[in-house]
Amino acid sequence: MLNLKLIPPGALIGLFLCAVFLFVAVFARWVAPYGLGEIVGGVWEPASSKYLLGTDNLGRDLLSRMIYGAQTTITIAALATALSFTLGSILGFAAAVIGGWFDTIMSRFVDLLMAIPTLIFGLVVLSVLPSTILTLILVMGLLDSTRVFRLSRAVAVDINVMDYVEAAKLRGEGTGWIIFREILPNALSPLVSELGLRFIYAVLFLSALSFLGLGVQPPAADWGGMVKENKEGIVFGIPAALIPAGAIAALAISVNLVADWILNRTTSLKGGRG
Amino acid sequence: MAKKTRTKPSSEGRLLEIRNLKIEAKVYPPGETPRLVTIVDGVSLTLERGKVLGLIGESGAGKSTIGLSSMAYGRGGVQITGGEVILNGRDILKAGKEGVRKLRGNEVCYVAQSAAAAFNPAHRLMDQVVEASVLHGTATRAEAEKRAKHLFRKLSLPNPDTIGERYPHQVSGGQLQRVMTAMALCSEPDLIVFDEPTTALDVTTQIDVLAAIKDAIRDTGVAALYITHDLAVVAQVSDEIMVLRHGKLVEWGGTRQIIKEPRQEYTNALVSVHHIEHEEHKPTANPLLSVKNVTAAYGGGAVKVLKNVSVDIHPGQTLAVVGESGSGKSTLARAITGLLPPEQGSITFAGRTLSNALKDRKRDDLRELQMIYQMADVAMNPRQTVGTIIGRPLEFYFGIKGAERDRRVAELLDKIEMGKGFVDRYPAELSGGQKQRVCIARSLAAKPKLIICDEVTSALDPLVANGILKLLLGLQKEEDVAYLFITHDLATVKSIADSIAVMYRGEVVRYGSKSKVLAPPFDAYTDLLLSSVPEMEIGWLEKAIKGRRMEAGGN
Repeated sequence: MLNLKLIPPGALIGLFLCAVFLFVAVFARWVAPYGLGEIVGGVWEPASSKYLLGTDNLGRDLLSRMIYGAQTTITIAALATALSFTLGSILGFAAAVIGGWFDTIMSRFVDLLMAIPTLIFGLVVLSVLPSTILTLILVMGLLDSTRVFRLSRAVAVDINVMDYVEAAKLRGEGTGWIIFREILPNALSPLVSELGLRFIYAVLFLSALSFLGLGVQPPAADWGGMVKENKEGIVFGIPAALIPAGAIAALAISVNLVADWILNRTTSLKGGRG
Repeated sequence: MAKKTRTKPSSEGRLLEIRNLKIEAKVYPPGETPRLVTIVDGVSLTLERGKVLGLIGESGAGKSTIGLSSMAYGRGGVQITGGEVILNGRDILKAGKEGVRKLRGNEVCYVAQSAAAAFNPAHRLMDQVVEASVLHGTATRAEAEKRAKHLFRKLSLPNPDTIGERYPHQVSGGQLQRVMTAMALCSEPDLIVFDEPTTALDVTTQIDVLAAIKDAIRDTGVAALYITHDLAVVAQVSDEIMVLRHGKLVEWGGTRQIIKEPRQEYTNALVSVHHIEHEEHKPTANPLLSVKNVTAAYGGGAVKVLKNVSVDIHPGQTLAVVGESGSGKSTLARAITGLLPPEQGSITFAGRTLSNALKDRKRDDLRELQMIYQMADVAMNPRQTVGTIIGRPLEFYFGIKGAERDRRVAELLDKIEMGKGFVDRYPAELSGGQKQRVCIARSLAAKPKLIICDEVTSALDPLVANGILKLLLGLQKEEDVAYLFITHDLATVKSIADSIAVMYRGEVVRYGSKSKVLAPPFDAYTDLLLSSVPEMEIGWLEKAIKGRRMEAGGN
């Protein structure tokens, strides 16, 4: 069983923050004091007991929008990351194990995709396709999976030449067993650390897209879009734009604290039971 | 040559004295508080000028750790926590950073086990050889180079005047080990620590390096600590031998006394380790595996590594394939298993012709032909438990699942003389010998007719290796399984083979029953191989060098 005392303080902080973010995201509807698009006061009112974080550029409660924003941002980023990891790692492992023409075709195709800057590629695709949450997830997931493909292929190529994989091949095992039972458990460490990083990149990418106006469409809230909406306020000394930016940073740090801790546990070759 | 800046107290004969050395390391078991583990416990030794002391013991005995303490160095988080190391009349443990810096590479030099890993691949050999002398200011660059070339010649390296311009990858392993010895001798130290300098080499190369080291020690009058696990090797070079076990002294005495009249039981076990009696079987009419005129190559035919090889293996018998590294013995195994499809020739197994490529083979062919690897720790998935590792062939080949599978796994663990407690362990929680046993159990689980053993004992300590060989022989009697035993160790061959194939540069140069192959007259290569195996006898090295008819292929 997990012993709470054994979790290092850094990981505890990360776990706590992640839990808060997750709780808020899942129960946004009940946690938020006001509605998503509800105009409750004046423009850019300062923080008060009524509006804990103040109001935004249209007079909506910033805290409520932050909470709904957490829901959108985390959902899209998590689903996009899940898609990129499933696709990227399975194809990457398969390319390493099967090799030959499959590897060549996949790797060159990925190189081709990576040659185009992700943001520009995303902007072009999203300006053509209808801006729904599904297309956002698909585009972000597919673009990110190229990075995961490269990493997992590189890791798997090294593992694929180990004697125990050769022993499995000599036994006559199929590609599925070799990928999922021999390679995957041994490739988890770099993949988990990459997972934390990739999730954050997805948050940042989504925020960038929203900031540029191609991501989550108003009136729905997401953190990148909120920075955009409130950016003019910075000139007047109003911190409304900095609060979502700070939330993005806090999420990034806490997710990586947790990822580091999981990494430490998965690298143990004694089943993590010491 | 420049005068050395340090003063040598030459009046006294004693160079190094270690008193009650205690070395500890901090271990961090996951989930527990870090604790100190004692690696070396109360070891004392003295070494006279110009003498050689051999440190011997199995892995984990603390021999390297003691050797490195003579230069006040603790490897990988190891701390010297007690005792004194007195070199040239002063305690170097109290010398401080600056003092230790003056000492290393100047008074004490080190020769590492794997010269290939210890040299910096990005610098020319000469730059690395003279570095210590130039840095310590004991010689100018020109003087040091002159000295180095003189040493290259003394260590009988080819082209002694130009070999220093090469990079480490441009010379062979045996030569590199000699260059490293030259590097250690170049700054004219008082003491050299040899840390298993010949363990990674072939027997045929080892003998050259050994002779070179011995001559160099004699001519320069340097003292040496010679660390090895091979008693026969240490008997050739050292004046005294110290036997260590679990960080403690077992026995310390003159070389002759240790190998002829060991006083401790453990030393006796080390000395008499290789004797396993094995009755040779006669070949049968129907060989189990028949390799006919197989030729195989890497890189699409560019590098031929097997040339027209033909051997037979008979049911329940052992064929040993011997040769130095690069002779193609492992490639033969790869050709038989189908990992490297042969270009020409055919392989017949149990009356069926095996298809060349692995992917075309039937499941029964795969099942009946199993393989055990040299490095047991990389041959098992580190994230699977022993139960999964042994149980998988049962599931895969026979479809045995659940309780029945667990029962069979327990049975197999019993066969390899390991208890039930091991089922849930991960490979990282096993010792080297246990790992190899689990690999044996995994191949046995498939109920094979033939097991290919690729250097299965060469990564193990002699006593552990001996246990594995006895186990393999016992299992052969029980299960009637045949072995293809690949090795470079002729002592192993003598203990287990029924027939022998000697390979040299991809060809079988001598093949037949054990008694025939090991009986004179020998061809030149077999003679070299046989005469290169160190014997536990003082003066063997000189005799062997004199009696040789050809040079080793590696040089």
